[in-house]
Amino acid sequence: MAVTVQIPIEKAAGNVREVTLGATATEGGTRTSTVTVGGESSLPFLHFESPVPHRPAVGVEIHDWNPEDWPAHLREAWGDVMNDPTEWAKAAVKAGADLVVLRLTGTNPDGLNRSAEQGAETVKAVLKAVGVPLIVYGPGQAQKDNEVLLKVAEAAAGERIALGDIENTNYRTIVAAALGSGHIVISQSPIDVNMAKQCNILATDMGLPPDRLLMDPTTGALGYGLEYTYSVMERLRLSAFQNDPMTQFPMICTVGEESWRQKESKTLEGVPEVWGDIKERSIMWEILTASSLLQAGADILVLRHPKSVEQVKLSIDKLMKA
Amino acid sequence: MALTGLDIYKLLPKTNCKECGFPTCLAFALKLAAKGAELSACPHVSEEAKAALESASAPPIRLVTLGAGDHKLEVGNEVVLFRHEKTFYHQPGLAFRVKDTQPAQELAAAVAEAAGYFVERVGMCLALDAIAVENASGEPATFAECVKTVKAKANQPLILMSRNPASIEAALSAGAGDRPLIYAADGENWEAMAALAKKYDCPLAVRAKGDLEELATLADQVVKAGVADLVLDPGSRDLAGTLAHATQIRRLAIKKNFRPLGFPVITFPGEGAESIEQEAIAASQHIAKYVGIVVLDHFNPCMVYPLLTLRQNIYTDPQKPIQVAPGIYKFNEPGPNSPLLVTTNFSLTYFSVAGEIETSNVPTWLVIADAEGLSVLTAWAAGKFSAESIAKFIKSCGITDQVERKVLTLPGLVATLSGELEEELPGWKIAVGPREAVDLQGFLKGIRG
Ligand code: B12
Ligand code: SF4
Repeated sequence: MAVTVQIPIEKAAGNVREVTLGATATEGGTRTSTVTVGGESSLPFLHFESPVPHRPAVGVEIHDWNPEDWPAHLREAWGDVMNDPTEWAKAAVKAGADLVVLRLTGTNPDGLNRSAEQGAETVKAVLKAVGVPLIVYGPGQAQKDNEVLLKVAEAAAGERIALGDIENTNYRTIVAAALGSGHIVISQSPIDVNMAKQCNILATDMGLPPDRLLMDPTTGALGYGLEYTYSVMERLRLSAFQNDPMTQFPMICTVGEESWRQKESKTLEGVPEVWGDIKERSIMWEILTASSLLQAGADILVLRHPKSVEQVKLSIDKLMKA
Repeated sequence: MALTGLDIYKLLPKTNCKECGFPTCLAFALKLAAKGAELSACPHVSEEAKAALESASAPPIRLVTLGAGDHKLEVGNEVVLFRHEKTFYHQPGLAFRVKDTQPAQELAAAVAEAAGYFVERVGMCLALDAIAVENASGEPATFAECVKTVKAKANQPLILMSRNPASIEAALSAGAGDRPLIYAADGENWEAMAALAKKYDCPLAVRAKGDLEELATLADQVVKAGVADLVLDPGSRDLAGTLAHATQIRRLAIKKNFRPLGFPVITFPGEGAESIEQEAIAASQHIAKYVGIVVLDHFNPCMVYPLLTLRQNIYTDPQKPIQVAPGIYKFNEPGPNSPLLVTTNFSLTYFSVAGEIETSNVPTWLVIADAEGLSVLTAWAAGKFSAESIAKFIKSCGITDQVERKVLTLPGLVATLSGELEEELPGWKIAVGPREAVDLQGFLKGIRG
């Protein structure tokens, strides 16, 4: 006789907030497209449990100078556009980027040490070059981040860009800048649920509306801490469904930066032959870091190689089919 | 779910005869529930009670074994939905599929490459766990011949794939190695397939056409026909569908102890994949989300190596970080005046640092101190990587006989230790290196001048 199966459906007590990046003309910006992520009330892509409001977005990481330390087989995928962020941004959109992630590493005091004003100029140029929403990171050094992102926020006022990152030890200037110009803030925490919540509290206590905050739980690449990121993301997402307001934010993962930094992606000589072809394997390393974190709740994946963008987006199309 | 003391008590004779060593049946029942006693201690328990107790305490997902000896593959018997709740125990078997319509020469070479493949990562040997042979020809004799060729080239257990019981019987009687998995029983052939599984004591896959009730009904029939070791194929092949089914089956088992679907799941990420990237993405989803056996259609190291790495990551016990052996590690033939670095024995830390030293090509000594497998900051915060523990290890590990340049470089993240360490290591100068391993190359090249 037939066995009946009663699929266990879990009812969330709360859901992830929706965050929209980019502002069109009617909203005071100049974007031709915006990206909205989040809003989930069940674990990733479980359509049988509740509708999946927004498909995860794929961003392409570009820099304000041609980063020499990128492996040749990654650089050759983009070619000369890497010398001009506006060209690179256009190429990124052509490659399928839902949004452009501009890292102003040229302003790094230990590097070219460009000024905050130069950073802001680059942001304006990229905003003119493409119509997709923009995420802007400072050089990754707290003091210079503040200077640069302050100028960037003003230059991009009304465009609803995202500013990255704030941390528990450095958030005031950037949150204030975002508040003043209508931008979104990315709060980064070191693979630690409590520190993630603490940082979000600090930002929202300054008056930052909760629908203008994204969480970066810190990405560990495949083979280099991925499982820590995977589990902290699942824990953050589960606590969002238990209605803990300080975890109900969409999550962004800097997959490209972490995965292309590893030996499997960049080292040509002296690696085991069983690792396979470096070109294919390095792209696979980025793709599988991304695909695994998609299952843990990533809402925005930031990638570097155009092939990864193509393949990850194709898999998202499939995952979004109920 | 485990039974409570009271549930067990209801099944006992309740005569308080004390032969089990307990004053009353209730006392025995409570100890049994706490796994502090064995049911066999009570000589009077009835057969039905024994059966009921055994099935209630059986794991929610049966442990199914393919093969034997060193190449045994055990899948199933998972107890949580999320690794952070406790851990995942039995990593999914990765298999490679060949077809009996491939020319023997090409087939033998493909199997030899896939079966012989292994890669070392974080001190562990990663390899494929099974070879699937598909009876694409539909012919029993061709299939048996092909299975023989495959068996000659692979030590791993086989997955015999055919809808035709005659083909499965031909392969099994010709010899398909230890405990192959028979794939698969379906609505039409399940009786014959169940008979073969019992006759040859093999696990049997049960395949539905995309509906869990059809799958549960079929599985229930096969179990009632006397086959205990099942593997489930719900029949979905799309990304969203396999995710839904694998999740539902795992939830039913863990949350509802739903027996008819309490078995490991098998998937075929290559089916319907437009590229090996799409196959790899599907396989990565299956590894992360609840699949027991993942059968790949393409063997390419650039995909297999990262998938094996992902499996290693997801199935690492969160409570037991992977460690490397403490001691002296030499890079690029260091001499008495080469730089000397120290760090912890957390594998991730070791590999981050080792990778940079290797790439720098600078002869370097790296001393790995025992910090219970914790990262630099974690170990420092937990008092397991202190000036005292570092000094003690430097003196005892034998490095002092190998270096003349008495300069020890600390990780930048624990720069605060340098003062204390200089006191603990008289005659030594303590240098502070960069915070991130990525900057080690520049640092080392700087020292070499
Ligand atoms: C994963 C994690 C854990 C895991 C353990 C993982 C492990 N096996 O170590 C768990 C969850 C168990 C854990 C526990 C704790 N953790 Co913890 N943990 C982390 C986390 C998120 C990642 C650590 C990691 O894997 N780093 C990756 C490795 C590769 O980094 P690394 O070892 O430092 O090596 C790098 C550099 O140091 C450098 N390097 C390494 N060696 C050398 C050598 C030389 C010569 C040079 C030049 C450079 C160099 O290169 C590497 C790569 O760049 C960090 C936060 C973070 N994102 O860093 C917190 C963190 C390290 N943990 C922290 C704390 C406080 C703890 C706990 C004490 C928490 C608690 N109160 O219980 C416990 C202590 C453990 C215990 N048993 O008591 C703090 C430390 C704060 C501080 N400043 O002291 C951190 C920074 C988080 C935070 N900010 O609160 N933790
Ligand atoms: S031996 Fe069995 S019947 Fe006797 S007291 Fe113990 S549990 Fe009860």
